[in-house]
This record gives sequence, C-alpha cells and structure tokens, in this order.
Amino acid sequence: MGKIQLITKGFVKENPTFSLLLGMCPTLATTTSAINGMSMGLATVFVLVLSNMAISATAPYIPDKVRIPAYIVIIAAFVTILQLVMQAFTPDIYETLGLFIPLIVVNCIVLGRAEAFANKNSVVDSACDGIGIGIGFTFALTLLGLVREILGSGSAFGYKFITGDGILVFVLAPGAFMALAYLIVLFKKVTAKKGE
Amino acid sequence: MTMAVQSSFKNMTLCLFAVCIVSSALLAAVYAVTKEPIEAANHAKTINAIAQVVPEFEGDPALSTIEVGGKEYSYYTVSKAGEPVGYAITSSATGYGGAVTLMVGITSDRVIYNTTVLSQAETPGLGAKCTEPEFADQFKGFNPARKKLSVKKDGGDIDAITASTITSRAYAKAVETAVTVFDSITAANTADVDAASGATSECGGQEAENQETK
Repeated sequence: MGKIQLITKGFVKENPTFSLLLGMCPTLATTTSAINGMSMGLATVFVLVLSNMAISATAPYIPDKVRIPAYIVIIAAFVTILQLVMQAFTPDIYETLGLFIPLIVVNCIVLGRAEAFANKNSVVDSACDGIGIGIGFTFALTLLGLVREILGSGSAFGYKFITGDGILVFVLAPGAFMALAYLIVLFKKVTAKKGE
Repeated sequence: MTMAVQSSFKNMTLCLFAVCIVSSALLAAVYAVTKEPIEAANHAKTINAIAQVVPEFEGDPALSTIEVGGKEYSYYTVSKAGEPVGYAITSSATGYGGAVTLMVGITSDRVIYNTTVLSQAETPGLGAKCTEPEFADQFKGFNPARKKLSVKKDGGDIDAITASTITSRAYAKAVETAVTVFDSITAANTADVDAASGATSECGGQEAENQETK
C-alpha cells in the first residue's frame, strides 16, 4: 500500500467515526460546536501520530504478554505531554475540552491503531496511518460539531447568523446521537455508491 | 510478525521498567519546560477576572484567605493610592451540573461591582447562559442592602434564566455568600484597626494577639 493510500484510507474506508464507530465518547461529548470538535480531533491526531511512531519503533523489543500495558504507558505519556503543552499555550481550548484530553488515553482509536497497525509496520507507515486516521477523526468531529452548532445555536465556527436560539436539543446529549446517526446514514449512502 | 523478544519474566520486567523510566523522564522534561508558561497563563487569567469585577486599581491584587462558617474563602484586595477600593471574592454554589464558581467584585461601600464565572459545567444552551450578560449584568451595581439576592420565584429580585432556575439560584447563592465573606473581611479589618489603636474589643481580641506576635 502506498503512503498516500495509507493516509486516505483513514478518511473514508476506515473512518474511525463513521465507518468503524470507534471513540464514541469524545465524539458525542465534545462536538457541541465545530471549533470544539476540531480541537478534540487535532489533539487526537497529535497523540495518534506520536504514539503510532513510538510503538512501531519499540514493538520488536516489547514482549508479547506485556504489550498492552507498555502501549498504554506510552500513550499516556504523550497525552500528558499534550495536556501540559495545551495548558501552557492554549489555556482556552484546554478549558473547553477539559476532562476529555486525559480521556484520550483510553480512546479505543489510539490503542486500536497501535494493536492493528503500528506494531506490525514501519515507523513511516505508522505515522502515515496515524495522520490518516487522525484526520478522518478530525473531519468527522468537525462535521458533527458544525451540524450541531448550526442546528442548535444557529452559528458556524462561532459566527452567529440568526438571532435568538436554535433547536436547543442538538446542543444537548440526545442531539449528538441524532446528528451522528443521520451523518452515518449519509456517509454510508455516499460510500456505498463509491464501493461498487 | 513474530515477536523478537520472548515473554520471560525477566524480559517483561525489564521492558516495563524501561518504558516507565523513559516515559517519566520525558514527562519530567516537558513539565519543567511548561511550568512557567502554565503559571503565567493561570496568573493572567486570574488578573483578567479580577480586572473585570472591580473598579480600576493600581499594583498587584493581594491574595488572602478568610474562614467564614467553617469554610475557607480566598479573596483579592485591590487598592488605589494606598486605599483598598474593593475585594474580588471567589465563591461557589452547587448548580445543576456541579459547582458554579464565581469571582464577585464588591466595592468598599458594599455594592457589587460586577461578577464573572470562573468555572461552570451547566447545560449548554440552558444553564450555561449564566455567563451571558443578559443574566449576569443583573448583578452589576447590585446593592444587597436594598434588594434581595435571590431569584423572583423565591421572593428575590433576580430574573432567573428561562428553564434554569437551579443555575440561577446557584449564581445568586454564590453572590450572596460573597457578600457574607465581604462582611467578615470588613469586620476583621475594623477589628484590626481597633487593635492597632490600642482598643480591645471582644471580637478584636484574636486579631490583637496576632498583631503582637508579628
């Protein structure tokens, strides 16, 4: 598989949100606005790329039986680094995402890529895989956030285009499920045609 | 791919040990680098919040703590030309989604200058509207001696946010607590002045001892 394909497959065929339905917890919880969704996605990209590379480089030296604890420690280290850096340089975003940054540690996308891809492939391929899956995740979260923000608050990327309130339920938890369900249907319809 | 390293007890221990050591060393390095910027960011945030809730002041606000009703509250004293002009008091009350923490600015004449939300986890679109001026501006220039600090439903003078009475109550409660804290601060200050001038009053006794030990 070429490097380009490695990146693009995460976008459509193995899109973590719309196709694999992984990482639902941050997906549903942080996408109250497009900006929030995008920040969460980008934070995950950072962790995913670095942990994929680190795990791919160290996999041959890690005994099989302790690989999961070893991976979790590596992932947790990168998440904590990200947390400290965000706290220092982007305190506003850090505050909005709050609890969901440390929760990247247990995001199944990250550990999933380590298990399914990074520990059997080269460092460069793993980095490409991380970028691909990460961008797919970011795209999905931004889209979901955008839909919820437009319907729920009547604004897009913080720019308000109606006066008053939107359809409030879309900003709340039930709206996350509804918006996600419709987006998945739409995604399946588009990709099913392509697949033929 | 077959694993190059066998899962023997020695290998497993060594591997986990190495992974942990390297990770913690990395974290220590990042912590050292980000420590100062994080402190600076937090400091800037606090100063910003204080500047929002009190009138113009000079110098750095002084942080102190006071115990009221068994709970410790922290507050900042801001002064201009050597005279304290007001206090920025941190107080919180339980809302719908956890604690609603406010910074409440009260000027020396016991009038609320302004309030700002430090942290809240209320429902977006409902309770989270407490950060918006439409609700929060009601507390600007609020004189607790003349009006009642509770929502209209409870017989007070605060217009609650539609469908978010619990949040509005918490907000009003936090402001009310801040006023109580303010009263304790001024009471303690007057006692201090009394103690300094040699007068001994019952409530000033404690402070007088403190003055001597300094």
